[in-house]
Amino acid sequence: MAMPELKTKTQTKVEDDHSSLKGTLASVFVLGCILIITWVSVYFLYLDRL
Amino acid sequence: MHMHKFEKIWLVFGIGSLLVFLNVVGVSAFYMGNQPPSCLTTIDPEKVDTTKPFNKPGLHKVEGKDWDYELVFVASAFSYNPAKVVVQKGVKVKIMATTKDVIHGFEVAGTNINMMLEPGYVSEYVTTFKKTGEFLILCNEYCGVGHHMMSSKIEVVEK
Amino acid sequence: MRSTTEKMKVDPRDAKLSMAHFYVAFIALALGGLAGLLQVLVRSGNFQLPAPITYYQVLTVHGVLLGLVLTTFFIIGFQFAAMSRTAGTLSNGARKSGWLGFWLMTIGTAMAAAMVLLNKASVLFTFYAPLQAHPIFYGGLTLVVVGSWIGGGAMLTSYVRWRKQNPGKVSPLLSFMVVVNMLLWLVATIGVAATVLLQMLPWSLGLVDTIDVLISRTLFWYFGHPLVYFWLLPAYMCWYVIIPRIIGGKIFSDSLARMSFILFLLFSIPVGFHHQLTEPGIDPAWKFLQVALTFLVVIPSLMTAFSLFGTFEMYGRQKGAKGLFGWLKMLPWGDARFTVPFIGMVTFIPAGAGGMVNASHQMNQVVHNTIWVTGHFHLTLATAVILTFFGISYWLIPHLTGRVLTKKMNKLALIQGCLWAIGMIFMSGAMHAAGLLGAPRRSSFSTYGGSAQATEWIPYQIAQAVGGTILFVAIILVLIIFINLAFFAPKGEQEFPVGEAAETAEKTPLIFENWKLWLGVTVVLILFAYTIPLIDMIQNAPPGQKGFKLW
Repeated sequence: MAMPELKTKTQTKVEDDHSSLKGTLASVFVLGCILIITWVSVYFLYLDRL
Repeated sequence: MHMHKFEKIWLVFGIGSLLVFLNVVGVSAFYMGNQPPSCLTTIDPEKVDTTKPFNKPGLHKVEGKDWDYELVFVASAFSYNPAKVVVQKGVKVKIMATTKDVIHGFEVAGTNINMMLEPGYVSEYVTTFKKTGEFLILCNEYCGVGHHMMSSKIEVVEK
Repeated sequence: MRSTTEKMKVDPRDAKLSMAHFYVAFIALALGGLAGLLQVLVRSGNFQLPAPITYYQVLTVHGVLLGLVLTTFFIIGFQFAAMSRTAGTLSNGARKSGWLGFWLMTIGTAMAAAMVLLNKASVLFTFYAPLQAHPIFYGGLTLVVVGSWIGGGAMLTSYVRWRKQNPGKVSPLLSFMVVVNMLLWLVATIGVAATVLLQMLPWSLGLVDTIDVLISRTLFWYFGHPLVYFWLLPAYMCWYVIIPRIIGGKIFSDSLARMSFILFLLFSIPVGFHHQLTEPGIDPAWKFLQVALTFLVVIPSLMTAFSLFGTFEMYGRQKGAKGLFGWLKMLPWGDARFTVPFIGMVTFIPAGAGGMVNASHQMNQVVHNTIWVTGHFHLTLATAVILTFFGISYWLIPHLTGRVLTKKMNKLALIQGCLWAIGMIFMSGAMHAAGLLGAPRRSSFSTYGGSAQATEWIPYQIAQAVGGTILFVAIILVLIIFINLAFFAPKGEQEFPVGEAAETAEKTPLIFENWKLWLGVTVVLILFAYTIPLIDMIQNAPPGQKGFKLW
């Protein structure tokens, strides 16, 4: 996740329009990680049973 | 139509992940042969007992094929024939199964062997048992009042 | 002439029509919930049903009442209210059609229920051939579908009237969404109507001897997957349009909301094969094509996630929230109208993750027909969707009956939502875990002749019984709240919240209302995904199968 990088960017541009949705971006990336972890786990279970 | 920059980043990431998933299963299926069971062979459900190979359920050694054994199962409410088989570890087995009456499932618990048996169709799956032990075969598609009693066993033994 | 511009309150005559649907829906919830409790108890191995009743009969009751009756009646009732609120009071003709549809659906439900209770139709809610139910069961299902068509038609005429009266204007978002959902339903139900009317009814009446099992299943799943989106889209309506108003924020983007609904219409139908991945009679290349289309239908949900988080963050920041997640604290957690659907939204994250596993071609072999799948749709339908429906009823029922949601009931509703989450973590969590070990779905308690593997599953089945019992307590709370809001709550004005787009949002383009285009693309995609496989199935069909009654 590119969160540290993201934070420094928004600190330099406080009034940036995008800064107001940084929490949203972080949230959807957490969601994306859950999707990927679940999928990859079951895929490895499939491979293990192959 | 306007889309926020962050939403674009998110969608590129999300759609990219979906494409990766699709490619992983696609390559595995079409280039490495790990397709879900899709045999496409038909059979007269009234004549299962007289149609080869289902006239002789059980494990049969075969020669000159990509697999070493053929394991033939006939399902009917609420049992499988044979009720138990012993298979050697590490040999390549082609499982062939069909049903005489309604839809049944054919699942070997704890493995990737999981297919639907539908009247009129033959279901096949080629596999190699890598672990020894007793594996439960069970019906995982509702077939009637005895559905949860319908089972068989595969015992995998050392060569 | 009645004004058809947006009215703040649903007309009492339309309210009565909606309420009629809700009475049936909540009676179904009570009986179906009880059936669910009996199932988890039986499957724990510590309880047996009294003599003539069988596990599979109870399972059929549970699936039909909660999966088909509760959902369809609630959705139609909610959508009538939404149309009346945003596209104007229904015309007399539309309302009459609404009542006709309601009675057809109710009579159909009664017919099917009678056959299930008489043990003439213990075929589960998927009624796969060649298990053969009584013809009255199939007739009842037909009436439910035809009734829903008539109700849906009434909603569509309401929308058409609004468009005529407001030429060149963008329709109200909620009405637009209702139209998408009903079009999705009309196109999808053609499949189930075809198999029931053309295959199952003549076969169960003895007019024909045999049935083509694969074609019947294919037609069923042509309907079966869009069916789950028919359940989901009303929840999305609440999340996109209603929740922003409840929290005091704005709709993130009207255009993006419409776009995601259109994407659902296009991509939720030509994907039925992902329910048939382990079947012998379908070519794997066509299975994979529909898997790819299934992955496309994930995209509008990704968009929805962004929009919802965006709405919450914009609202929180406007209230002065600081930091990356400070806006979460600003949300109205004490308001059940928000919190109960919010639990549903969060649940949709693991639910969606599991769904992608199910649809991933050969990976489906790991989970197909195991109790993982049951765990999956108890997160999607039985938590994400149904908690949102409960959240809707907590303001919609009092709005329609001229009462208010009191502080006491609001508190009870919050407890209900939390209990549901806890119960479902136990039940669905245990189902997912046991499913990966191989435990089958839709099966009564069994040790499979003392199998070591089956013995491992029993602790998970006990966890399911614990979760299921907690869920049943939560259902009792829902019923208490429903009865209070319908008959006993103090009289007053409860708002029907409808959100507005942010001022900064740009004008919504009219292209979204180009139904010829969207329906055209929908049909093309369906023909693309299904024509050749169906021709294959017909040309290479095995001899048909006669009917069996094995329960």
